[in-house]
Amino acid sequence: MSPVLVMFVIFVLFTLVITAWASARIKSPRAFYSANRSISGFQNGWAIAGDYMSAASFLGIAGLIAFFGFDGFMYSVGWLVAYLTVLLLVAEPLRNTGKYTMADVLSFRMHGRGVRAVAAISTLVITLFYMIAQMVGAGVLINQLVPNLSFDAAIIVVGALMLFYVIFGGMIATTWVQIIKAVLLLGATIVLSFLVLAHFGFSLGNFFTAVSKIHGTVKDAAGHIIATKSLLQPGLRYNGHWGPLDLISLGLALVLGTAGLPHILMRFYTVPSAKAARTSVAWAMILIGAFYVMTTFLGFGAATIVGKDNIGAHITGGAAIRYITTHPKEAPALNAKLKRDGFIVPVKNNNASALLLAQSLGGELFLAFIAAVAFATILAVVAGLTIAASSAFAHDIWLNIVRGGTGHEREQVRVARLTAAGIGVLAILLAIGLKSLNVAFLVGLAFAVAASANVPVILLTLMWKRFNRTGSIAGMLTGLISSLVLIAISPAVMGIDPPEAAVRHLIQAAPLFPLENPGLVSIPLGFLAAILGTFLAKDAEAEGNFAQLTVRANTGLGAEV
Amino acid sequence: MLGPRKAGPVHHHFTPEEWQRIQGQPEFQELVAAKRRFIIPATIFFVLYYFALPVLVGYHPALMSRRVFGEVNLAYLFALSEFVMAWLIMALYLRRAKRFDQLEQVLIARVRSDYQ
Repeated sequence: MSPVLVMFVIFVLFTLVITAWASARIKSPRAFYSANRSISGFQNGWAIAGDYMSAASFLGIAGLIAFFGFDGFMYSVGWLVAYLTVLLLVAEPLRNTGKYTMADVLSFRMHGRGVRAVAAISTLVITLFYMIAQMVGAGVLINQLVPNLSFDAAIIVVGALMLFYVIFGGMIATTWVQIIKAVLLLGATIVLSFLVLAHFGFSLGNFFTAVSKIHGTVKDAAGHIIATKSLLQPGLRYNGHWGPLDLISLGLALVLGTAGLPHILMRFYTVPSAKAARTSVAWAMILIGAFYVMTTFLGFGAATIVGKDNIGAHITGGAAIRYITTHPKEAPALNAKLKRDGFIVPVKNNNASALLLAQSLGGELFLAFIAAVAFATILAVVAGLTIAASSAFAHDIWLNIVRGGTGHEREQVRVARLTAAGIGVLAILLAIGLKSLNVAFLVGLAFAVAASANVPVILLTLMWKRFNRTGSIAGMLTGLISSLVLIAISPAVMGIDPPEAAVRHLIQAAPLFPLENPGLVSIPLGFLAAILGTFLAKDAEAEGNFAQLTVRANTGLGAEV
Repeated sequence: MLGPRKAGPVHHHFTPEEWQRIQGQPEFQELVAAKRRFIIPATIFFVLYYFALPVLVGYHPALMSRRVFGEVNLAYLFALSEFVMAWLIMALYLRRAKRFDQLEQVLIARVRSDYQ
């Protein structure tokens, strides 16, 4: 048995024991969705970090920084600053006013099925898209690490484990898997950063000097090189006429979107009070921030060690694979570059990966450890997504819309489990079906939909007395539909690839919308529609309920315990 | 922890009129005003500070490429400062929130004596 496999097995056995322990405690919907609200602020901080730091941020960010230098690091910045929105504006009021889902918060003032149904649909769209992107990534990754496991088998293994955790262990098992993963991921990142620094004799000066010697090129539309920049200089990815706006649009989606991601919001219902929700965001910010600062060493480390010797090229190749799955546009150029440098990196069957940074610096056993960490990373995120999707369907649609809010507790848990199974199987099938397509724009889409559809209505329902049902539905639908449409006609989906391109755009035509991220347009549209919709109708009930909502949001009086 | 002992939840089913009365109480108004005094300026500041980075990097790349320490340039230092900014605002908020918790306890004590 290879060391990689041994590490996988240890992790899996350990988490299965936790799931078995948790399963005895899942007796009510409160236990299933919110772990009996018994998670402490400190524990929840780790769990949020584990829920949030995806494989895309572990391997993808390393690849982005390795290729686009500073521009890649902009993601790291956005992913942390986003938590200020969560901390200052949403975590505590949400904990005080909701039960398990975002729809609970909205339904507080706006009764009726419409608002809840649209909120649940938005949650399902975000979580399902995010899950598919994660699972396709998992398939690629595990297939590289354990070559005898095929792509499909890898997805089925990930899917089966994720379902096992969620169905049997509910939020209790999901939380502990996320905590363990966060500990492992941070530990691994610290060791890797340490090894990279050791490579440069623990001199930051030497490190940055080496980074500054690596250059990338900026090309115009016709493919001519118009500038050469060092990795430390901005503009390697976001350049040209629309570059700066694309960067701002991305920033907007990241900073607002996090506060609308259902699997993150759901974590605030697992703590006993708003105060614990606040503490958990603070811990999450320390952990997530530390991780993203270290992406400097992961990314630039991969880039610098590359230029020096051959090991590096494999590293770049691996980071590239992760990158290619997220950014199809650059894939052909990247493949050509790697081939030219004498490294054959076919996208599908390269068994080297970003993880080879670990191998070159720490040996086989360390590589196995990092691989197990990457595997745990994916599992923790997809488990969080599955339970969020399950709550939107079982709690919002089935219980509150179909059954009018009443249902036996045991029956509710049964439905939640069945829903998780259904959603999980759907995600597995979709991931297998979509494996040859580039699906990673779905992560960007998830952030854009969260920022455009969810965040405007969450903020307005908490802060604006006049806000009502019509405004909620108009805001959510406009945010959802405008982000979907704009992404579909953006350069992330539309583009004309040369015939030899390894990864192709979904639509082979010139993009109709110039920005890769729709946030700059769809987020203001979401707000605008919510505000205009509100003025279309007068809703005395929603206005009357504002007193209760604002008192609850600010004091926790009457909050779910 | 403040207060002699941790008070449990207030067991009372409030009517809409009671919620409105609590909303109108000076203790509640003071709590909300205290929160606004911190949260609104902090939010405006972090949004401006955050978007200054992509705006400067996007529209003034030459300025941001200027080296400051060795090879480390203004863009990278500014990006790192975003982490420091986020942590600082978080720490300031945690400190200020202790005051919110006190005001909240005052209000809850009032509500408890009014309705229980």
